[in-house]
Amino acid sequence: MLQHWKRLADGVELAVSRTDKFKTGLLSVTLTIPLDADTATAGALIPEVLGRGSRNHPDMERLSSAADELYGASLGPVVRQRGESQCVSFLCSFIDDRYALDGSAVLEPAAGLMGEVLLDPVLQDGVFRQGYVELEGANLADRIHARMNDKRSWAIFRLIQEMCEGERYAVDKLGDAEQAQAMTPEKLWASYRSLLSNAKVTFYYGGAAQPERVEDAVRQSFAPLLSGRSAPVRCQVEARPRGPVRTVTDSMDVTQGKLAMGFRTGGITMGSGDYPALMVCNALYGGSANSKLFVNVRERLSLCYYASSALDKIKGLMVVSSGVEPAQFDRAQEAILNQLDAVQRGDFTQDELVAAARTVANGLRGRLDSQGQVEDDQLTRLLFRTGGEGEDLIRSVESVTADQVVQVAKELRLDTIYRLMGKEGACCG
Amino acid sequence: MDKLEYTALGQTISHCVLPNGLNVYVDVRPEYGKQFAFFATRYGGMDVRFRGEDGEWLDTPAGVAHFLEHKTFDTEDGNALQRMAANGTDPNAFTSSSMTGYFFDGVRGLEDDLRTLLSFVSVPWFTPESVAKEQGIIGQEIRMCEDDPNDEAYYRLLEAMYIDHPVRTRVAGTVESIAHITADTLYQCHQAFYRPSNMVLCVAGNVDPQRVADIAQEVVQGTSAPAAVVDHGAQEPEHVGERYTCRTMPVSIPLFALGFKGTPAARGEGLRQRLVAELVCDILFSPSAPLYNRLYEQGLLNSSFSSFYTSAPGCAWMMAAGESRDPERVRDEVLKEAARLGAEGIDRRLWDRLKKAAYGAMVRHLNSMEDTCIELAEAHFDGEDYLSFPQCFQSIERADGEALLRTWCVEGRTALSVISPEE
Repeated sequence: MLQHWKRLADGVELAVSRTDKFKTGLLSVTLTIPLDADTATAGALIPEVLGRGSRNHPDMERLSSAADELYGASLGPVVRQRGESQCVSFLCSFIDDRYALDGSAVLEPAAGLMGEVLLDPVLQDGVFRQGYVELEGANLADRIHARMNDKRSWAIFRLIQEMCEGERYAVDKLGDAEQAQAMTPEKLWASYRSLLSNAKVTFYYGGAAQPERVEDAVRQSFAPLLSGRSAPVRCQVEARPRGPVRTVTDSMDVTQGKLAMGFRTGGITMGSGDYPALMVCNALYGGSANSKLFVNVRERLSLCYYASSALDKIKGLMVVSSGVEPAQFDRAQEAILNQLDAVQRGDFTQDELVAAARTVANGLRGRLDSQGQVEDDQLTRLLFRTGGEGEDLIRSVESVTADQVVQVAKELRLDTIYRLMGKEGACCG
Repeated sequence: MDKLEYTALGQTISHCVLPNGLNVYVDVRPEYGKQFAFFATRYGGMDVRFRGEDGEWLDTPAGVAHFLEHKTFDTEDGNALQRMAANGTDPNAFTSSSMTGYFFDGVRGLEDDLRTLLSFVSVPWFTPESVAKEQGIIGQEIRMCEDDPNDEAYYRLLEAMYIDHPVRTRVAGTVESIAHITADTLYQCHQAFYRPSNMVLCVAGNVDPQRVADIAQEVVQGTSAPAAVVDHGAQEPEHVGERYTCRTMPVSIPLFALGFKGTPAARGEGLRQRLVAELVCDILFSPSAPLYNRLYEQGLLNSSFSSFYTSAPGCAWMMAAGESRDPERVRDEVLKEAARLGAEGIDRRLWDRLKKAAYGAMVRHLNSMEDTCIELAEAHFDGEDYLSFPQCFQSIERADGEALLRTWCVEGRTALSVISPEE
């Protein structure tokens, strides 16, 4: 896979991963703005409304039909959080020209359709169609409310809200349900114009086409976006908790409790020299099938159905997530912290260390086999100008020592504990 | 090994049947950094009643296939999960109604990991202590599923649609049913279904097919004796058992699963029926088809909506699931549209376009080694040639879709399962 990069204007760039490995091409365009409670709702809603129809294909039926004609190209909006930025994207995956039954090119018309959807929406009185804004606003509000349906991710979401209260990071990338429902076409249109002129713009293509051909297609289809702009991408990293450990408890009608614990990494993020050691430390502690949490807390003590840890490499956080019997909360919490203590004391074997490093390295290599994951990683790299090249990072990971793991483990500080319990009387005692 | 060429897809699959009866498929992908191996048995949550070695019918507790999946990772000298994790390889497994599959993706040491996979799956090791402990872990998993409104809607739909067929059995069983599982039960089930002739190995990645076959021949023990005979219940009637079922859970808006009970395909017709049924799902539920747009415009559906076709031995159904403020109206509108299409016919341009899109989606799907291996395994069990889908598409006509709409999408074959918010 060959990586190409080109600046098309100030704050506008194109990255291409050229490869014959996949049967498809993936093209994405991403508009990045700071995550902010005042603009997040509009940022999440804009691509949904745009996805309803363009001037040429003014409703979903005609728009989807156009994608069907491109051999079922999947064209969809995605809203992602990267540190304290909100990334508003359209992603389009389409079969490579080699597999088109009539031998026609698919990349150019796919880029054309994306450009049309992003830049030439169907209008009513000079702004978005009222019906689209109302319905998509209601749908977005439903999605925000539906976060609670998946208790595992809900517990993590609630933990972050509590732990990072007052930081941009805690702003929901989907925005606010009430704001979504109250959105007017005029307000949303103003936000859209501002997004187009201010956001940092990132184009990405992965697939068999040559970079020059991709650039031509992008210039052709996204001309209005190719003007210079200055859009800072930052993330405020809090190295340490601001106070003593907080415990927050919610109750809901659930039979299985959730326990989530948030840690600060002492300011270590993906740009830090210590980052490879932190990745290995996380794998050793809770990020793999032979991690301390899995082997001890889940398998040996049977205290949790699942117990794992994950990093946010941009914000410098580690989150432990587990599902526990409500009666076992205290024991599970103690066991989870005991395992971290063991890592901090260097109480792990060389085999555990090697296995953890291999898990991380395999994970990094494996991401290269997925077009979607490559896109996701490239976006992070382009936005933050860091994150290491694949093979370099893999080599660093493989040479992490036990001492380095102990050092970064000692930097981890528990900040907030979140417990989701069953309603009183609903669970065993 | 035989080479199966699929030129339209640029795909070559190596295949052989080992002397012990195991079928091996290898999809060589030189450019991929990882390797994926999938080792599966045709045995799942619905295979609860079967004829034992002694010829007697044996009733096993609901959830035993899934329980066995968990315990299969145990070996006499420890646990295969940790052994493979030592290579940085993360093995995993799943159990569906009709299949149990074990898999890993690894970067290096494929041969070592492959040996471990083949060995721990084919050599059983269960103890009363480990079974007792697993009852606690799986009990938690079952409780977690019971809290998941989507799972709950799905199983309640199957329970409503099927009267006798064991596909209505919950794959993980219940906390009560798994309490009856013993180490002996696990040995009996392993012996009945984990036989090479009832299993398949599919490997993808930058590998040498002959090496894969050699390792499998060396490691997988057993004779080519056929698997146990399974009782899948009395002949299932065409109509559903219950047309509507509803319960409350903490959800933000109602969730629903709408099912159409189909007719199982004859052997050799499975791929064709699947493509037709998936196209019918698209005709009714694709964003580029009229009905979905109408329901979306009216706020009756949102974008968290999906539809698919599923089959297992002795059963087949189409299902649509999502969120709606008024699931009963969604059902009524779908039935009305199906009746109209069955009577007036499907628009030719819509049909052609959806066929083109469905073909493209299946080509896209091949990017994933995981998905490809699992499809190959399922197709093997069903006696189908999955990668012949481009030719199969060509043989499908609008009339096939219309016939399916007329026979399956009717009131008597429709069931609706709703999860509504608590007051």
